Amino acid sequence: MAKADFEIPDIKNGVSVPAVKPGAMAHVKYHPASEAHLTKLGFPAKRVDNWKEVALAKMNELMGKYKSLSLFLDVCVKCGACADKCHYYLGTGDPNNMPVARQELMRKVYRKNFTLGGKLFGGLARAEDLTEEVLREWMAYFHQCSQCRRCSVFCPFGIDTAEISMAAREIMDSIGIGQKYTLEIIAKVHDTGNNLGIPKDALIGTLEFLEEDVKETTGVDVKFPLDQKGAEVMLIVPSADFFSSPHVDSLVGYAKVFHAAGISYTFSSHASEFANFGMFIGSYDNTKKIATRIADAGRDLGVKRIVVGECGHAYRVAYSFWNTLAGPFDYLDKNHSVPTHVCEFTDELLRRNALKLDKSANDEFTVTYHDSCNVARASRMGTEPGGQFEIPRNILKAVCNKYVEMDPEANREKTFCCGGGGGLLSDELLEVRVKGAAPKVSALKEVMDNQGVNTMAMICAICKAQFTKVLPYYDIPMEAVAGVHQLVSNAIQLGDK
Amino acid sequence: MGGLSLLSLVYVALSYAAAAIFVGGLMRKLWGYAVTPNPLCIPTTPSPATKGGVVARLALNIVAFADLFKGNRWTWIGGYAFHVILIAVTVRHLRLFIYPVPPLLAEIQPLALLIAMLLPLPLVYLLARRKMVDRYAWISSPADYGVLILILLIALSGLGLKFVSHSDLVGIKHFLLGLLMFSPVDMPAHPAFIIHLTLVLMLAVYFPYSKLVHAGGVFFSPTRMMVDDPRERRHINPWAAK
Repeated sequence: MAKADFEIPDIKNGVSVPAVKPGAMAHVKYHPASEAHLTKLGFPAKRVDNWKEVALAKMNELMGKYKSLSLFLDVCVKCGACADKCHYYLGTGDPNNMPVARQELMRKVYRKNFTLGGKLFGGLARAEDLTEEVLREWMAYFHQCSQCRRCSVFCPFGIDTAEISMAAREIMDSIGIGQKYTLEIIAKVHDTGNNLGIPKDALIGTLEFLEEDVKETTGVDVKFPLDQKGAEVMLIVPSADFFSSPHVDSLVGYAKVFHAAGISYTFSSHASEFANFGMFIGSYDNTKKIATRIADAGRDLGVKRIVVGECGHAYRVAYSFWNTLAGPFDYLDKNHSVPTHVCEFTDELLRRNALKLDKSANDEFTVTYHDSCNVARASRMGTEPGGQFEIPRNILKAVCNKYVEMDPEANREKTFCCGGGGGLLSDELLEVRVKGAAPKVSALKEVMDNQGVNTMAMICAICKAQFTKVLPYYDIPMEAVAGVHQLVSNAIQLGDK
Repeated sequence: MGGLSLLSLVYVALSYAAAAIFVGGLMRKLWGYAVTPNPLCIPTTPSPATKGGVVARLALNIVAFADLFKGNRWTWIGGYAFHVILIAVTVRHLRLFIYPVPPLLAEIQPLALLIAMLLPLPLVYLLARRKMVDRYAWISSPADYGVLILILLIALSGLGLKFVSHSDLVGIKHFLLGLLMFSPVDMPAHPAFIIHLTLVLMLAVYFPYSKLVHAGGVFFSPTRMMVDDPRERRHINPWAAK
């Protein structure tokens, strides 16, 4: 078991709702962003002198721009239905990790400065000014929200804490206080086209290596084309797929599917990143800039379709926001969804019987599926609501003989976040990540103990990185993490089609 | 308004002021929600892909509190009972504002009374819930207890008028109809009625400036009201259109 200098939640008997432990996670601090990154993204280089006024003005501006924010700050009745729904509350017991309490961190400032009641009877309404102390709470607890939207499923008014935490981060950025992890990555994607800062040469080298590797193991010439003008499809994947494990195994899976389907495709060196961290910090401009880069790349390459890889939040941005931010995608073939998720792509091939599969290739695995939050609660696959649950499962059942479901109370629309989403996948936040993973790991452990599951498949680069890191703290090997197309890759039979 | 007693004058003025604040304040709030844009498509999915589907889901949420039912059964029982009983209370009071009383409304009065009498029960339950569960105690502010207590006092004073200290019902109805017709008449100087009315006016004034706007706000929630069709139909952000 991996060692930690904090207490690992005990999940032997599942995860129950903890007693309130005030301040339990108040000590967690993220690394601050550098002046260079803040400036690059259009924010002040350091905290401005009149930060309080600037923050309140920004808050006022955002309330005028976002119905979600203005409404959600008003209509919460504090019924508490969300109070036991956040994985960070369940894993830490810190009351500020109850979604309603997290929202209250902003709402109390809203009341004090923007409502009559708050101005007149501050204390009774729990109205509070944006003090240094409150700002510290914002910095801590708005970075203990992975924007997974689980709370919004249970709210009678659909209040989505993600909207509040995005606004809070944007307000903080606007006064010159930023989080290093997200801002550095956004700066990199603006500069190099991907989050890791991979230069084109390195990308070429990796793709060549993969071609050789697949040739060696399968004897088939599976292509990993880059910047190939006139290809039918542009494939956009999270850059982790190029370099991280187990991500890269899914990348090989996508390539094999394209090969088997006989559809030409290409990666783009201009837009070699599917992830869009602009959403995590609530920055419309940065989200748009990253999305537009991808739209431009597809236009330049003259492709007819855009297919996207396994990444949760990026799929939310692509599915829900691309059309608004970077559309209309006039240059693409109207007969296909923009974008098409690679699972939709593979599923369609399966329905047409266009793939030759040997399920027994995955017989060493008993597989379960983890619904990633942004796919589950902020997007759709196919034409029917809930297609985002069925399509990846259809694929898994087509490529594996042994498939097992986890507790539906911890999966599907009620899925628990991996604990590392929303810009939290950073080492200094490890305690939050490990504790926040407890509810999901507990659901996994149940099917491991009772039904012999040894593999959890998923379609999110962040989930993969997070689970690979945190599962060992729960005495589960990191090899339990797999991509859906990694299992497709194992089963798919190339050669004579 | 000549010939009104001083008490009536004061309460006529207060009633109109409270009504103006209630209606004006609520309209202003709801208008604000209506005109504030949704820059992005943010339904919580899985979500209906058609307008009809969204309306059907909203209806289920309004009629049955479906989302709260999913969220917490114990809270649902208290909250749902409270709101259903409020309908009965409304039915009980409608007869005081309508002349002549329509036969159907008259006919359901006994049943409505039977239900309306129960109002204090869910209120006490909801108060206790806030005190007894540590999570709810943590999130509850004096205002959260206060509004429950205010409504409880309104309920108790109303029940007092009905069962303990009988008021001049005809006089009350005259007074209320007079207010409605903008030709006020004297109010019955009945202490229980004065207390009841005062508390109701307080609630009316508090309503638009508090969490009670959820009653109208629920119709504007983007995570519930937006159609899940961003790929099929391009959603335009009004403030980013160039």
